[in-house]
Amino acid sequence: MSKFELTRFPLIKNLLKNRYPQLAVFVLMLAGFLFAITAGFVGTPVGSHNFSIVFVWIAWWAILILVAVPFFGRGWCAVCPIPVVGDWLQRGAVLEPAPKMSKWLNLRVPAKFRNMWMQNISFTLVALFSSVILTTPVVTSVVLAAMLFLSIGLSLVFERRAFCRYLCPVGGFIGLYAQTAPLELRVKDKNVCAHCAGKPCYNGSELGSGCPWDVFPGGLTKNTYCGLCMECLRTCPHDNIAINLRPFSADLAKPSAKLDETFKAFIMLGASLVYAYVLMGSNGSVKLVAYSVFSPAWFGYAAGFLAVIFGILPGLFWLSVKFGAIKTSSPGKQFTTAATALIPLGLMFWVAFSLSFVLTNATYIFAAISDPLGLGWNLFGTAATAWQPMLSSLVAPTQTLALVGGLAWSARTAQKSAPQAGISSVPVIVYCLAATFLMLWLLL
Amino acid sequence: MKPSELLTRIVITVFNLGVVALSLALWAQTPLIHARIAEGGGWSPNVIQAKVGEPLHLKFTSDDVMHGFSVGQMEMQPVDIEPGKVSETTLTFTKPGIYTFFCTRWCGLNHWRMRGTVKVTGSETGTPEPVTPPLYVSLGLDLDKPHPVPFAPAGRPSAANGQKLAASLLNARFTTPDYYRSHAPAQLFDNLRSTGLSDSQRWDLVATVWQSNTTPAGLAEGKQLFAQNCAACHGEFGGGNGVFADDLAAAGTASMQTMNGDMAMSMQTPADFTNPQRMLGASPALLQGKILRGGMGTGMPMWGTIFTHEQIWNVIAYLYSFQFDYPK
Repeated sequence: MSKFELTRFPLIKNLLKNRYPQLAVFVLMLAGFLFAITAGFVGTPVGSHNFSIVFVWIAWWAILILVAVPFFGRGWCAVCPIPVVGDWLQRGAVLEPAPKMSKWLNLRVPAKFRNMWMQNISFTLVALFSSVILTTPVVTSVVLAAMLFLSIGLSLVFERRAFCRYLCPVGGFIGLYAQTAPLELRVKDKNVCAHCAGKPCYNGSELGSGCPWDVFPGGLTKNTYCGLCMECLRTCPHDNIAINLRPFSADLAKPSAKLDETFKAFIMLGASLVYAYVLMGSNGSVKLVAYSVFSPAWFGYAAGFLAVIFGILPGLFWLSVKFGAIKTSSPGKQFTTAATALIPLGLMFWVAFSLSFVLTNATYIFAAISDPLGLGWNLFGTAATAWQPMLSSLVAPTQTLALVGGLAWSARTAQKSAPQAGISSVPVIVYCLAATFLMLWLLL
Repeated sequence: MKPSELLTRIVITVFNLGVVALSLALWAQTPLIHARIAEGGGWSPNVIQAKVGEPLHLKFTSDDVMHGFSVGQMEMQPVDIEPGKVSETTLTFTKPGIYTFFCTRWCGLNHWRMRGTVKVTGSETGTPEPVTPPLYVSLGLDLDKPHPVPFAPAGRPSAANGQKLAASLLNARFTTPDYYRSHAPAQLFDNLRSTGLSDSQRWDLVATVWQSNTTPAGLAEGKQLFAQNCAACHGEFGGGNGVFADDLAAAGTASMQTMNGDMAMSMQTPADFTNPQRMLGASPALLQGKILRGGMGTGMPMWGTIFTHEQIWNVIAYLYSFQFDYPK
C-alpha cells in the first residue's frame, strides 16, 4: 500500500517545522507535569482523588495507550515534558542552536548500554512496584520527579537524549508498538541523504539540533527509535524529510528485532496478563500482596511476575519456534524474527486491559479537575461527581473485539514473519491463540 | 543572546515556576483538618483554637476512609468526611473551655481513639454553671470492682406485669430517682424480699421501677446514642458482639495497651448487656462512672467529655432495656 505524505501540505509542514507551536505545547506539558508532581506531594493521599494519580495513570495512560501509541506511534514522545529541561540545559538554549563545543560532558553512551535492556529493566522495576506507584500520590510524584532529574542528569553527562533513548521505562514500549502505527517520519529520497554533506540532521546546524534520538534519518527503517521531535525536519537543507500516513504495522513486514526488543515484547505481553489478573481480577488477597512491597508474599509475587515475563512466556515461545522450525537457521534469529507477531498482540492486550481500567476509573477525572489540589475547590462544578464505571456495558464487547482483532492481526503478522524466520507460522499462531484465550479469561 | 531567546527563557521560567509557586501558596493558605484512622495518626491537627462568640470555620478531608466530625456536648449535626473530598462546617462556642471533638463513623478498630480538642478562650456570657462531682464519685463506687449477682430471673422481667403489683406493694422510697440511680436492680430485688412475692413477681416490680425512671423520648435518645457510639463494640442488641468485638478480642495487649496479663486480656471483650448476672448487679451510678471515665485498659473509651449527663442517663436507661421488657 502506498504512503500519503502529510508534510506536502504547507500548513502541516510549517506547523511542524516552526519551533514555537511545539515549544508552546512543551511549556504547557511541563507546567502540567510540575503541577502533577506538586499535587502528588501536597494533595490528598487518597489516590483516586489526587490529580497526580488521576491525570497521570488514568487520563494520560488512556490517551497514550488507546490513542497516541496506536495512531501516532511515538507522537507522545514529541510532546513529552520530561526531557525538555535536560534538552535546554544540554543545548544551553531554548531557541538558539547548540554551541559547537558543549558546556557539559557530552559523552557517548557506552556501546553495551546502547540498546533496550536498560528500558526493559526500568519498566520491569516500575511494573513490580506498580500497585503502590499507581495508587499512592507521593510515590507517583517521587517517580515522576526522579524521571525528570534523571533525564536532566543524563543530558548533562551524555550526548543527545540518553534518558529517552536508553532508560525511559515508557519510551521502550512506545518504540516497540510505534512500529504498528500508521504514521512515520522518513526521508523522501535516501540518495539525497547519501550525498548530503555534513548531515545536519544528525550533526545539527544553526537551524536545529542533530537528531536528539541518535538516529540518522536517512537510515530509518522503523519507528522504534524516532522520537518525532521534528529536529531533522528543521535542519534538513534538502527538504527531504516527510511525515507520512501509512498502513498499520508497516514496520513489521520486514522483521528486524534484536533480542532486547524481543524481550520488550515478552515483558509487555506478560505484564498485561499479570495486571489483568492482579489489578482487574476479583481476588483481593492478590492485590494486597502486590501492594505489600518487600513483604515475603510480595517477593513471591515479584518472583512470579519475573518468571512469567522472563521465563514462562519466552520459554513457551522458544518451544513453539523449535517445534515449528522448517529451515535450519540461527535459533536466536528465528526466535526474534518470529516474535514480531507478539507486537500487535501485546498492543491489543494493553488496549483491552486499559479499556476496563480507564472506563472504570474515568469519572475520577471530573472530580480531580475541579479540585486538583484537594482543597475543596469546585472550578468546573464537577468536584462532587460520584464514582461510577462508564460505558460498562460496552467494556466486555470492546475488549473482546480488541483481543480477537489483536489475535487476527498477530496471526497475519506471523504469516509474514514466520517464513522469514524459517519456521511454520502455525505454532506461533497457536501461541498467540492460547495467550488470547488466557487474556479473555482473565478480563471477562 | 537574542532577545527572543531571552524572552522565551523568562516566559518559560516564570510560567512553570509560577504554576508550582501558586499551587504551593494556595495549598499553604487553605488549612485542612486531616482525618486518618487512629493507627495512621488520627486527627491532624488534633488541637484547634477558637474564641467565644467568633465563628470557627473548619474544613476537613479524610486521608483514608470515611470519617465523621462532631464536638462533644454540643448541639450540632455531625459532618461526614469522605476520602479525598473536603467537607466544611462552622461552629460558634458560647462558653470558654476545652471541648472534645471525635469521629462519628466506625472507621476502624481504634475508631474511638480518634479524638481531639477545641480550646475555646474568651469570657463567658451568662453565669457559669456550678460543677458537681458525678454520682459515682459521691457514692464512692469502685468502678473496676466486679459486680456479678449469683442469681438471675427465670424469664425476662416485665414492667407491664409489675405495674399491676406496684400500686399496692411498692414502698415510695424505691420509686425515687435517687434510689434508682444509686442501686442495682439486684439490690431492689433483695429489698423486696419482705413483700412475700414470688421471685418472678419481684423481678417484674424491679422492671417497673426501672421503667418509671425513663421516658419514651429518653429511651429513644439512649437507643440512638447507643446505636451510633456503642454498638460497634457492644453490638446492636447489646450482646457484646459488635462488628469490632472479635477484632478487639484478637487485638491483644498491643492494641489495648493492657499491662497485667490474662485478666486484662479477658476484659477486652466488650461488655455483654444481655448478661443478667452482669447487668442486674450494676447500678445506674456505676454504669454512669464507667461511661464517663471509660475502662482503662479494656478499650472502653471515656465519654465524659462527649455526652452530656442527660445523654448518659438516657444511654443507661436504654442499657437496662436489654434486661427488662418495657411496654412499647
